[in-house]
Amino acid sequence: MKRSNAPLVWSLFGAGGMLAALVGPALVFVTGIAVPAGILMSRDLLSYQRMTGFAHTWLGKIIILAVIVLFLWHAALRIFHMLHDFGFHAGAGAKLVCFGLPFLCTIAAAYRVLMI
Amino acid sequence: MSAQMDKRRPYIRSMNSWWKRDPYFIRYMGMEATSVLVALYAAILLVGLLRLSQSEAAYNGWLDALKSGPSIALHAVILVVFLYHLWSWFKVMPKTMPMIFVDGKKLPAETITYTGVTVAVVVNVIVLIILV
Repeated sequence: MKRSNAPLVWSLFGAGGMLAALVGPALVFVTGIAVPAGILMSRDLLSYQRMTGFAHTWLGKIIILAVIVLFLWHAALRIFHMLHDFGFHAGAGAKLVCFGLPFLCTIAAAYRVLMI
Repeated sequence: MSAQMDKRRPYIRSMNSWWKRDPYFIRYMGMEATSVLVALYAAILLVGLLRLSQSEAAYNGWLDALKSGPSIALHAVILVVFLYHLWSWFKVMPKTMPMIFVDGKKLPAETITYTGVTVAVVVNVIVLIILV
């Protein structure tokens, strides 16, 4: 019997959804509002020196990758199912785009985070 | 059989706006639609990571883009969507997780939802405190 890849995609979906609930609002507030606008937080929290320092540690690499990759896979599964909900019948093309794109982004993110 | 030969003209119910028929469906679609902005936020962070791996000047360009008014407004919208995600994620959790029995009774859905929301709020606040 052909093995299904559904459990893998579902666990990435679940992990991404949980991470987005646990740390998403705080991260969006810090990276998108507080630091850029200079409210409550110092502007150099996201400075090049601090971020490269963070990305040099293994814990930093894991956190950066986990946030980007899991958020992407979480969103990918929902977007794929939304296509179906709107009446586009999910064929190979929809699968290729909805799962191929996050797959490529995963490879790119892993490669870049290891390069730093 | 070609379309012309086919005498049957079966009624195919339109899928247009089916989800607007019922508030339950609207909430379901709202929950699913959060994914678009979650993907957008992940893409913004991914660009930041690419820039960080390139050079200091490239990364500072990304930081400057984040400082623009439209970017801050966009992130305010993304923040609201993430908060809705937080709520809806634990709202459906009683249906998505295996049933839990305490003293032979099924754990009420509200208990699961409110416990989850509380834990998530606490974790978010801890992240903020660490970063401030």
